[in-house]
Amino acid sequence: MGVEFIYPEFEVVRNSSRCIACRVCERQCSNGVHTYDPDGGVMLSDESKCVNCQRCVSLCPTRALKIVKSDCVPRENANWQADTIKEIYKQANSGGVLLSSMGNPKPLPVYWDRILINASQVTNPSIDPLREPMETRVFLGKKPRKIERGEDGRLRNNLTPQLELSMPVMFSAMSYGSISYNAHKSLAEAATELGIYYNTGEGGLHEDFYVYGPNTIVQVASGRFGVHADYLGAGAAIEIKMGQGAKPGIGGHLPGTKIVGDVSRTRMIPEGSDAISPAPHHDIYSIEDLRQLVYSLKEATQYKKPVIVKVAAVHNIAAIASGIARSGADIIAIDGFRGGTGAAPTRIRDNVGIPIELALAACDTRLREEGIRNDVSLVVGGSIRSASDVVKAIALGADACYIATAALLALGCHLCRTCHTGLCNWGIATQRPELVKRLNPEIGKTRLVNLMTAWRHEIKELLGGMGINSIETLRGNRLMLRGVNMTEKELEILGISHAGE
Amino acid sequence: MKRVTVHEEWCLGCHLCEYNCAYANSGIPDMVKALKGKRIFPRIKVEDGGTPGSVTFAVSCRHCPDPICVKSCISGALSKRGGAVTVDRSKCVGCYTCILVCPFGAISTDGDGAVLKCELCLSNGAGTPACAAGCPNGALTVEDIDIPEG
Amino acid sequence: MKREGQTRIPSGCAVTAVISKSGERMSGGSIVESMIPMHDRSNGLGGGFAAYGIYPEHRDFYALHLFYDDEGCRRECEEYLRERFEIVDAETIPTRTMREITDEPLIWRYFVFPRRSALRSLQIDDREYIVRATMKINSTINGAYVFSCGKNMGVFKAVGYPEDVGRYYRLDEYEGYLWTAHGRYPTNTPGWWGGAHPFALLDYSVVHNGEISSYDANRRFIEMFGYKCNLQTDTEVITYIIDYLLRRQGLTLTETAAVIAAPFWDTISHRPEGERETLTYLRTVFSSLLVTGPFSIILGFEGGLMALNDRLKLRSMVVGEHGDRVYIASEEAAIRKMDPGAEDIWAPAGGEPVIVRVKEGRY
Repeated sequence: MGVEFIYPEFEVVRNSSRCIACRVCERQCSNGVHTYDPDGGVMLSDESKCVNCQRCVSLCPTRALKIVKSDCVPRENANWQADTIKEIYKQANSGGVLLSSMGNPKPLPVYWDRILINASQVTNPSIDPLREPMETRVFLGKKPRKIERGEDGRLRNNLTPQLELSMPVMFSAMSYGSISYNAHKSLAEAATELGIYYNTGEGGLHEDFYVYGPNTIVQVASGRFGVHADYLGAGAAIEIKMGQGAKPGIGGHLPGTKIVGDVSRTRMIPEGSDAISPAPHHDIYSIEDLRQLVYSLKEATQYKKPVIVKVAAVHNIAAIASGIARSGADIIAIDGFRGGTGAAPTRIRDNVGIPIELALAACDTRLREEGIRNDVSLVVGGSIRSASDVVKAIALGADACYIATAALLALGCHLCRTCHTGLCNWGIATQRPELVKRLNPEIGKTRLVNLMTAWRHEIKELLGGMGINSIETLRGNRLMLRGVNMTEKELEILGISHAGE
Repeated sequence: MKRVTVHEEWCLGCHLCEYNCAYANSGIPDMVKALKGKRIFPRIKVEDGGTPGSVTFAVSCRHCPDPICVKSCISGALSKRGGAVTVDRSKCVGCYTCILVCPFGAISTDGDGAVLKCELCLSNGAGTPACAAGCPNGALTVEDIDIPEG
Repeated sequence: MKREGQTRIPSGCAVTAVISKSGERMSGGSIVESMIPMHDRSNGLGGGFAAYGIYPEHRDFYALHLFYDDEGCRRECEEYLRERFEIVDAETIPTRTMREITDEPLIWRYFVFPRRSALRSLQIDDREYIVRATMKINSTINGAYVFSCGKNMGVFKAVGYPEDVGRYYRLDEYEGYLWTAHGRYPTNTPGWWGGAHPFALLDYSVVHNGEISSYDANRRFIEMFGYKCNLQTDTEVITYIIDYLLRRQGLTLTETAAVIAAPFWDTISHRPEGERETLTYLRTVFSSLLVTGPFSIILGFEGGLMALNDRLKLRSMVVGEHGDRVYIASEEAAIRKMDPGAEDIWAPAGGEPVIVRVKEGRY
C-alpha cells in the first residue's frame, strides 16, 4: 500500500438482492476474486484480483454480478491519461518491461470502418444467393505464368501445390502452449469440417492432431520448436514466421510455467524451461537467406507443399513483399499492427507496425506494378473482425484472411488481455488441466463452425448485392469500395475513391 | 427414452446443475425467489474431490431398466412410467428403504418425509432436464437411449 | 462531365452479328438495317460496326483506324508512325455528311507493317509490336486514338444511333464475310467517339451488352501484362482479356470461354474426369479473368466469331441460321430484319460459347 498502491481497475458489483450464494463465481474464478463468508452467508470479493474476463458474470445463474470499470482514477488530463499514469506507477514499482496480451487497443484509425461497399442498382442486377449459386472457393498458391500443353495438345497441369479453401478465411497461428490442447483441437476440428485451415503456430504439432494434417498449416519460427521431418510432412502447407503484427521485430517468450507435459514434448524442450524465440531467424539475415530456407523446406517436403512467409506489416512492407514474392514463397501472409498475441511488450504492441489495410493495399499495388501478383497469394490478418472486413480485404486485393482473435472470441475469450498470466478462466490461454477442461472442444468446434458459416452467408449476401457471384471477381476489385473521412493520401494508398466520386 | 448422460471429462464442478434442478422443481417462476436464503435439495448432486484438479461429476437417477427402488417400495409410491422412475409423494410413507437400496445414492429427502428423486423434469415446468440445459460445458447432455425395460 | 477514360461508364446495349460460313462477302447494308428494330436499346450516344474481309487488296498489312481531335495531334502521330512502320497507304475514311452525326473528329486509316529492324531489336513478333504501338499512341499522344488495328478488317464507330452511324460510314459500300454491330446506351457520358463500340485490338473485336461486376478485378489483373485500360469500359477490358488468353497464352476459344464464363464449381464436379481437370486448372490459374455480372459478347476474329453469355445468362442473346449464314443478336427481331427466312432460332445457355468459323481458305 502507500505509494505503491494502484486502485483496482475493475469493481465487482454484486446485487445482493439477487445473489443466492450458490458459489459458482467462487469456483469459476482462477484469480480468486470471490469467496464465501459462512458467517454472514454472503459472497465477498477482492477486486484487486479481477481481470474482467466475465467468466463469473456469464455463469451466475441469477445475473447478480457485473464487472464495471472503476471510476476511481487519478486526475487525468488530455496528455496524462489514467492508463499512462498507472503504467508509470507499475514500472516504478517493478522496474520491468510492461507486458500485455491481445491486439493494440489504442484509438488509432480502423480503416475498415472508413471503407464502404458498393451494391448494384438498375444498370446491372444484384444476385440473390438464396436462388443462384454463389461461390466462395479460393485456391492459394503460385499460379504458372504460361500454360503448357502435352503432345496430345491437352493442357498440362503445371500448377505447383495449392491450398483449396471453401471460403477465404483461415485460423491463424496460435501455438500449442500459448493456447490449450482443447483450443487447438477445437480449431483443428472446425477447420476440417469447414474445409479451411488452421495454423499450429510455433509450438509444434501435438501427436493427437496429426490426423487433422490435411487442414493444418505447420509453422516454422525462429525458435524452431517442435520442427522435425514428420512435422513438416504432416501439414498441408508450411509457414515461415518472420514476424507478428502485435510485436514486429521481437521474438516470443512462453514462460516455463506453461512448458509442462505434452507442451514440453511437442516443443521438444525440457519441462519448465522458458521457450524463447529469437527476434530474427538466425539463419535469415537477408532476403537471399530467406530464399534458402524456403527451398530447404521445399526440398524437405519434396515440393509437395506450398510455403507461406508471414511478416508483420511494417513501413516498407511493399518492398518486403516484393522480395518475398521473388524468394520462391507461394503465399505471403501479412499481419497488421492490431493483430493479437499471447504476450508482448506493451510499448511494442502499441507503437510498432502499420495498419493492415494500408499494408495490404500497398503490397497488392506493388506486386501488380511489378507484374508478379500472380506469383504469390496474399493472406492478411491483424484484426479481421467480421464478414464485411473480409469482403473489404478481398476487394483491396487479398486472396484470403487470417483470423485469430475472432476465433478465440467464438471459443469464449472475453478479451481480458491477461493471457500471459496463464490463468485463463475460459480454458483457452492456459495449461492448467482444471482450466483447460473448461473448453469442451465439441462445443468449441461447433461455435467456430457457426461463426464461419454465418460469415460465409454474409459474404455471399454482400457479393450478391454487388452483382458478383464468385469471390474471385471481388479480389482486387477496388472499384467496389469507397472511402469516407479520409485524406487524399490515405485514399491514394488504398487505391479507392471517396464516397460520392 | 430420454436420459441425462454424464460426461465427467467436461464437468467443471461448478454445481450449477444442482441449482438449476432445485429451481426447476421449486414451482416458483423466479430463481432468486425460489432459492435465495434457502437450503436447496437438488435431485442431482456433484461428486467433488474438493481439491483443484480432482475428478468431479454429477449424479442423478439412472432410471434403471429393472429399478430396485421400485421393487423395494413398500407403499407403491415409486413406479416406472414411460421409462422414468417417478415418485408419488402423496403415497410415500417415508420409510427410506429406497434411499438405502439405491446403488447410486440418487434418492434423497428434503426432510419433510417424502423422498425426492430426478424425474427428468417431466412433471415440472422445465420441459427438458434443467440440469443439462444449464450445464455450461456439455458435461450433462440429454440423449435418446434405447434401454430394454426389465 | 468526365468522358471515357476519366471515369467508369456503365452502359446497356444492343448487339448483332452475321457471318457467312462459306466466306461469301456481304454488303454492310443489311447489318445496319438490323439495328433499326432495336433502336430503343441505344440512346444515341454510340454505335459501331466491325467488318472482316473488307480490305482484300491490303490483306497483308495492318489497317490502323484513327480518330484525331485536330491536325496537330495528327502530325505528331504520323511522325510516330513513320518512324516505326512502313506505311503503304494513308487516307481519310470516307463518310457521308448527315444531320444526325455531328462533332466529327478527323478520321484516318493507314495500311502499315512494322519495320523489320524494330522487330528484330525488340525480339517480338509483329502482332505484339502492333499492340504496343497502339497502347503507346492511345496513352501518350493526346487527341489521337487508334480504334482499329487488325489485318483485312476494320471498325467503324461514332456517337449517334447505330443505324445512322452505318450510313455515315457508307458501310453499304464495303463487303465482308463477317459483320458485328453495336448500339450503345451509356448512363453517364456525354458520348465520345472513341468510347463507342466495337472495341478492337489486332483482329479481335468485341461488341458487348452488359455491365460487368468484375471490372476492376479484371482490369487490375490484365494491366500487369502491359495492357492499359484507358477507356475504363467493360468492352475494352474484355478485349484485352481475350487477346491475353488467345494470343499470349495460346488458349483455344473454348478454353477462353471456360475462363471468362467459367462453369460453377458444382457443375465442374459433375463433368467427366479429363474435362473436370482442365476446367479446374483454368479456373485456378486464371481466376482473376473470370467475368461476372451480365454480359453478352460477340467476339469477331479473322475467320470467325464467338458469342458468349455470362454464366447466369443475365442478358438476352439469340442465334439463328439460314444456309451458310449464322445470325446472332440481342433480339430475334434484328435477325428477322436481316433475314426473314432465318431458322432454328435458339438462345444459348449462360456460359455456353457459340463458335462459328469460316471454312478454311475461304477468307
